[in-house]
Amino acid sequence: MNDAEAPLIEVVGLQAFYGRRRILHGVDFSVRRGEIRVIMGGSGSGKSTLLRHLIGLQRPVAGSVRILGVDAGRASARELLAVRRRLGVSFQGGALITSMSVGDNVALPLREHTALDETTIRIMSRLKLEFVNLGGFHDLMPSQLSGGMTKRAALARAIVMDPELLFFDEPSAGLDPVVSAELDELILRLRDALRMTIVVVTHELESAFRIADRITVLDQGDILAEGSVAEVRASADERIQDLLHRRPRPVEVDVDDYLRRLTDEDG
Amino acid sequence: MIANAQRLLNRIGRRSVAAVDAVGYGAGLVAEALVFTVVGHRRGQPVRLAAIVEQMRQVGFDAIPIVTLLSLTVGLMLAIQFIATLSEFGAQTQVVLAVAKSVTREFGVLITGILVAGRSGSAFAARIGSMSVSQEVDALGVMGIDPVRYLVAPALLAMLLMLPVLTVLSDAAAILGAALYSAPMLDMSVPTYLTQTLAHLTPRDVFEGIAKSVVFALLITVIGVATGFSVSGGAEGVGRATTRAVVVSISAIVIADMVFSFFLNR
Repeated sequence: MNDAEAPLIEVVGLQAFYGRRRILHGVDFSVRRGEIRVIMGGSGSGKSTLLRHLIGLQRPVAGSVRILGVDAGRASARELLAVRRRLGVSFQGGALITSMSVGDNVALPLREHTALDETTIRIMSRLKLEFVNLGGFHDLMPSQLSGGMTKRAALARAIVMDPELLFFDEPSAGLDPVVSAELDELILRLRDALRMTIVVVTHELESAFRIADRITVLDQGDILAEGSVAEVRASADERIQDLLHRRPRPVEVDVDDYLRRLTDEDG
Repeated sequence: MIANAQRLLNRIGRRSVAAVDAVGYGAGLVAEALVFTVVGHRRGQPVRLAAIVEQMRQVGFDAIPIVTLLSLTVGLMLAIQFIATLSEFGAQTQVVLAVAKSVTREFGVLITGILVAGRSGSAFAARIGSMSVSQEVDALGVMGIDPVRYLVAPALLAMLLMLPVLTVLSDAAAILGAALYSAPMLDMSVPTYLTQTLAHLTPRDVFEGIAKSVVFALLITVIGVATGFSVSGGAEGVGRATTRAVVVSISAIVIADMVFSFFLNR
């Protein structure tokens, strides 16, 4: 982190398994300071699994993940905690604590990690709510928010500690185009105004092309392509073109494999 | 035939491993929660007094009416049965002793345990289960708030503090209930009945119940939170976990009670 050139995230040869199935096949991935990196891929591409590793919810079984210069596989609980205070995560469903008001949700990281007095905490959390255009909504409960408002409230909570690194899981999933465009706008403002490095996981092409500095395309646990928006668009790879043009992928069936799956008792 | 036997053995083996795994997981949760309580402040993961007090209100204070009411009823019922049985030997006066000992050693803590398992064990499982399903537990984790410290430790401490208190309250209510029925039957006043009860009771009787209540508190909390954390499968999973938490913790309480009684009364 002292070295401005060193990547904030560095993943080398990451593999992940779900039971016996391999989800990630040796992924190499790095994110530089100040960029918006979009991880794109269809469902089952392993993008959610990659994200769980990047935010330290899953420890790598093979390969290494370095976040903000700390090796997530070897870090002690204390080191991991220190890293977590420097990153923010906005979950797909918002993951606001349902028993707390929106304001308390946003203030939660401040209350838990700082010794600030209540007035400062209130002002800081309301500032962030204003930033995501939710000024005045701090008294509402999460269940009273619409989908777009929930995502914005979750974003406010993710940025309340002014993280260096922000993760955003599916910002536009389940939102109408206008609200989703507003969220994209917010993400761009975060990079430009607050100088955050942002990693967005999404399957929405439009949103990805609008916000990304660089795009990583993940497919069935492998990185298909990595590059600027123009480079990815121009890619000759058939799978990427399938993804870009929403073409269904051909289903390939291995006869032996198929029969084994049908008759396998251990499931 | 052999294939069937193999399959059966296979299943028994897997279940046993799963059971041992669950016990280990539960023990780990308790250990972690206690470590956070002691050294959490130094590690930046303090277990907050406000959270403990709030849990104490939910598991303890809010349970007072129902615990009192049911204990009073059970006390009354015990008195009716004891007097009916003891009068066959002309020993109805022994009802004071019988009620005093059985309530403080067994019934007070058992009623309290079962009630709290139904109220709070299920609440722990439902709360943590729905939080797991909606990624709230993950969110706490990535915010640098350890879910065990934030969700489990306050609940465990509140239970360890409140269950003994509720047990003593239950003892008192049950004995009062017994007094209300027995005193007129034995031609004595309620205060006399209570004074006689106190004369019969030794500190050991009450402590037996309190010791059990501490173990019950541990069992209810661990089973509730562990079931909650292991929820998968959406809203239906939360429902299943809640039921499971209650059934398993009540079974655990009753079995633990039996084991305790066996060793304490040899």
